[in-house]
Amino acid sequence: MLDVKNISVSYRKGELILKNLSFSVGKGNILVLLGPNGAGKTTLLRSINAILKPQKGVVEVENSNVLQMPASQIAKKLGYVAQRNTAGNMSLFDAVLLGRKPHVGLRATANDFARVSNTLQQLGLGDMTMRNINQLSGGELQKVCIARAFVQEPRIFLLDEPTSNLDLKNQMDILHTIRRIVKENSLAAVITMHNLNLAFRFADDILLLNKGHIVAQGSIESITPQILSEVYGVQVEMIRHKGHLAIIPV
Amino acid sequence: MMHRGNRQKCRNTPFPEYVKYIHRKRLFLVSLIVICLISFFASISLGAVTIPFNSVLRSLFGFGDMPQFQNIITNIRLPNALAALIAGGGLAISGAVMQSVLRNPLGSPFTLGISQAGAFGAAVAIMFMGAGVMQSTQVGAVTVLNPLITIGFAFLMCMVSAIIIILIARFHSTGPEVMVLCGVALGSVFSAGTMFLQYFADDVQLAAIVFWSFGDVGRAGWPEVIIMAVAVVSGTLFFILNRWNYNAIETGDETARGLGVRVDLVRILGMIVASLITATIVSFLGIIAFVGLISPHMVRRFIGDDYRFVIPASFLCGSALLMVSDIAARLMLKPHVLPVAVLTSFIGGPLFIYLLLSKRVK
Repeated sequence: MLDVKNISVSYRKGELILKNLSFSVGKGNILVLLGPNGAGKTTLLRSINAILKPQKGVVEVENSNVLQMPASQIAKKLGYVAQRNTAGNMSLFDAVLLGRKPHVGLRATANDFARVSNTLQQLGLGDMTMRNINQLSGGELQKVCIARAFVQEPRIFLLDEPTSNLDLKNQMDILHTIRRIVKENSLAAVITMHNLNLAFRFADDILLLNKGHIVAQGSIESITPQILSEVYGVQVEMIRHKGHLAIIPV
Repeated sequence: MMHRGNRQKCRNTPFPEYVKYIHRKRLFLVSLIVICLISFFASISLGAVTIPFNSVLRSLFGFGDMPQFQNIITNIRLPNALAALIAGGGLAISGAVMQSVLRNPLGSPFTLGISQAGAFGAAVAIMFMGAGVMQSTQVGAVTVLNPLITIGFAFLMCMVSAIIIILIARFHSTGPEVMVLCGVALGSVFSAGTMFLQYFADDVQLAAIVFWSFGDVGRAGWPEVIIMAVAVVSGTLFFILNRWNYNAIETGDETARGLGVRVDLVRILGMIVASLITATIVSFLGIIAFVGLISPHMVRRFIGDDYRFVIPASFLCGSALLMVSDIAARLMLKPHVLPVAVLTSFIGGPLFIYLLLSKRVK
């Protein structure tokens, strides 16, 4: 569904930040990007979304190269949630309604409003639709940004640390919701995370990045404690508990 | 009271609170339209000669029976009222859009030095390019003979100022206060340029330039009103078409790009159109301070940062503010008429300080 082929990205001085990366994400799959700070995870998400133009390479969504599409078309294919989000001075409902921007013509229709209303109910935000988003907690704002990406109706979600401001329950809720929506609608998601346990709990595949290179990619079973220890510089062990892999630093 | 149809709509919709919330904003717009209409008719009625409201209405609808009133209304009061309506609205939407695209609550044509740049450009065109003539009389001290050259020069200088502001905003993550201080610095440079012209002007020219530099809606005749209306109406339509883009920018550049907004293009086009509106108004009326800054802030207090409503509401608020200020300027020292810019600065200065100190600016 998503095919990234030979992507290379550099900032102004010519030094490559991402070096010739290639990978794919299938329908109904969640790919989690892991790696230490500065590995290039956010840069990779931004270049998939063409926010950052890659020096070379191709990003295909269902066999169409998104790097050659206009921005409004890309927004219909890829729903992006940035790591840092600004709360404007608007109601929660209006903030989520913005996600319909790629689909709205001159004005929003009843269908747009209904989709926002349903998404807010699904994400447990139905009771606070009229609250001003600059009065929300960091976690609630994060949920609003994810809700905005949902109503965008993309084929692929690109989520940059979507659980970074959430407590454990909300982290689980959000990741369950993302997983359910991806599976039920045969979509795909690429998510960057720092929490290894949650990554292994919710990912179908893992892509491990370090210094702009792919160190390992594949199913969660293919990632070994040795590779993680090497990349993060911390000894870790993996244990299986009730069918789930847990990562413990030692 | 909510209309029966609206009540029904609220009951049937899965988001009744949102429908009510939108109705409240629409009600706010309707209130502003009513205030504007009252101000407009008052602006035609009040002045050195008071014209009764019924005579105003009769004249406007072509049933005027008193030639002296008809003459005053057609040649003086109506163009003045329309100039205030258009210029106030134009400056206010320019301010609202500048605040959005620069993500700076203190953005406005005056605080960013764009009005001063426009005035300098227009003064150059009038003095050296033969775009206008000057007399020492108080009424019509400067007559713009070639509006295209005047607006062109004013626009060029406005763009110089706007581009410097865009570059500062783009390459330095400066806070609102720093950007406004840069605007003050740019304003000083262009004001110094105007002073330089004044220094080399003869007595008649000097008197004319000084008088002309006071912003005043009273000097607008029908040709000026029509040209301003074309610029402001086109600009307003452009801004309304971009309202979703401005809303997206409110959530941050990265998120806006993710929503398909070409942020840099929206930002640059927004500044160009706002500068063109400012240049047109400044060329004909001089510098009118603070309307562009205060009006968007006043409406944001009631309806938030939703540009679907901020743009029309700012327009109406700016229009009403300038019309009311113009009426006050006419009546305060009756039969003398103060330039309206004196009053807007009197009101705007303290409000500006309040905004600087208030929480919203931080």
